[in-house]
Amino acid sequence: MIFLHAVSHAYGATTVLDGVDLSIPRGKLTALVGPNGAGKSTLLSAMARLLKPDTGQVMVGDLDVLSAKPAQLAKKLGVLKQLNQLSARLTVIDLVRFGRFPHCQGRLQAEDHRIVEQAMDYVDLQEFRDRFLDQLSGGQRQRALIAMVLAQDTEYILLDEPLNNLDMRHGVAMMQLLRQAADDLGRTIVVVLHDINFASAWADYLVGMRDGSVVAQGTPEQIVQREPLREIFGLDMQVVDVAGRKIGMYWHPELVGAEELSPVAVYG
Amino acid sequence: MTAVQDHATTGHTISANGASPAEKAKDRRVLAILIGLAMLGLLAITAYLTYGVQGSWSYALSLRSRQVGSLIVVGIAIGASSLVFQTIAGSRILTPGVMGFDAVYVLIQTMIVGLFGASTLQLLGVMERFALNTFALMIFGLLLFRFLFRSNSRNLFVVVLVGIVLGSLFASLSTLTSRLLSPDDFLTLQTVLFASFTTVDPVLLGVTGAATAFGLLALWPQLRKLDVVDLGHDGCVALGVDYHRTVRTTLVIVTLLVAASTALVGPMIFLGLIVANLARQALPTHRHTSLVVASALIGLLFTVGGQFLVTHVFDLQTPISVVINLVGGLYFIVLLLRTDRL
Ligand SMILES: Nc1ncnc2c1ncn2[C@@H]1O[C@H](COP(=O)(O)OP(=O)(O)OP(=O)(O)O)[C@@H](O)[C@H]1O
Ligand SMILES: [Mg+2]
Repeated sequence: MIFLHAVSHAYGATTVLDGVDLSIPRGKLTALVGPNGAGKSTLLSAMARLLKPDTGQVMVGDLDVLSAKPAQLAKKLGVLKQLNQLSARLTVIDLVRFGRFPHCQGRLQAEDHRIVEQAMDYVDLQEFRDRFLDQLSGGQRQRALIAMVLAQDTEYILLDEPLNNLDMRHGVAMMQLLRQAADDLGRTIVVVLHDINFASAWADYLVGMRDGSVVAQGTPEQIVQREPLREIFGLDMQVVDVAGRKIGMYWHPELVGAEELSPVAVYG
Repeated sequence: MTAVQDHATTGHTISANGASPAEKAKDRRVLAILIGLAMLGLLAITAYLTYGVQGSWSYALSLRSRQVGSLIVVGIAIGASSLVFQTIAGSRILTPGVMGFDAVYVLIQTMIVGLFGASTLQLLGVMERFALNTFALMIFGLLLFRFLFRSNSRNLFVVVLVGIVLGSLFASLSTLTSRLLSPDDFLTLQTVLFASFTTVDPVLLGVTGAATAFGLLALWPQLRKLDVVDLGHDGCVALGVDYHRTVRTTLVIVTLLVAASTALVGPMIFLGLIVANLARQALPTHRHTSLVVASALIGLLFTVGGQFLVTHVFDLQTPISVVINLVGGLYFIVLLLRTDRL
């Protein structure tokens, strides 16, 4: 379980996190949703000690994030934020091997290599393993970064917008992979997602943020409803049931009031 | 997930130690380059020691081995320190020389002479002077760290500007102070600052050699962490590397190495810049264990080989530092013009 108590953070006069209290269920896939600037990345950073909040407490399992040894926490929690300062000299496989650093301090053993290769297979990047990172497309680079986090092989995984740049096929494969990691391996996963329907289709639990506060949380059935969505996104949308899943129709204003809209009309 | 399993089979060319054929070829190339550099270095040292000896061999050898010893220490210290400094500064145009470390050294010497007279400088033993320099350089280094590397969003442009401004500030302070010196004091200062390598003090060579060896030993365990430092602050935190601690430790070692080099031959502002960038260009790897060795070896080649060429081939009286600073200065300008990202 990840547990946050009264976490607040401000940049100058702007409050970015406003006394957030939150528990994230263990062994589940939790999606963090909300509009731009809501504070999702900041909250994720605070959970992963990338940022020290002004006040509040963050626990990851039984580790207090703010006082835990960096190396100890890195074996327990993996995080992916946008690394904009990626050295151009790294190849894909170099990058993914960094994921093993907390376990072997850069001296990889056979077991480490096995896990690295598995992560490479998972993200479908074997054919690019010796390419330099600046010779990849945005989505391929994103998958390489995710492979690094997977190779870290941690109980807790935090991903900031992992679907960024991914095409639909790889987006679905990514969610499926995260789903498996939660179901089969009991990993606790938190992902920031922008597409409410990806969140609805794949996550166990949704946390909606707005202006630095958690304004709604619950199962997809509870959150993907007209009222909570308006509360979180300030956007009015029609919600339809497709195969037992809630889908928000937000792509065009004309879809909002179309009560008689049939799923077949959209997806057929 | 079919998307994922499609390519799982391509893993069959990967050997047990995780290397693909392309990687193995790359590793072999790195090794070949390192061995080649080491052999060239040995060649340069041998040439330096034995070329055109006239008269007493034992006299020539003892004199030349001290000279070559000091050139080796300088080359290795500057090569290794500049490469790791680039990493912690996150930029390939930032080296200790460019950031004003050498200017601090000049300032310290000038201040001592200016405040206490040249006699004090001479009274201080070799050891004391080296210790004093190292201490002052470390304070400068740590202050730099505090002001420039502490914030998570390092603005490199600001770092470069501050370094260049500090460098010229120290240089002007030194010039100002040296103007106020008596002619005798000034002469002493000149001999200390541009310590001629032709008459190397054996004690100084011993002290700086030991300091450099110690610095390299201390640097070794940091090198794998420095690989991670290339990923930036967030990458370090995510992988459990204490970013600030690694940067600080490395910076302290860098100051020790720079102090050793400046104590031997005075300021070598641009040598590190050339050497470290050549190492990065020559080696197809991001690993600091290889990069640092390459940079140290190239440094050695530049100092020993350069001095050999200057004295024996071109028959010039110019010290190697003057030549290197000239070439390096030009290279720095070229780098500045070519880099779109500082
Ligand atoms: N370093 C910073 N300095 C000042 N303000 C910042 C900084 N980082 C973030 N902010 C502000 O904090 C607020 C929350 O930012 P955050 O990155 O957490 O949003 P987000 O929910 O992740 O948004 P997005 O969906 O666009 O990624 C924003 O208003 C942003 O402008
Ligand atoms: Mg964000």
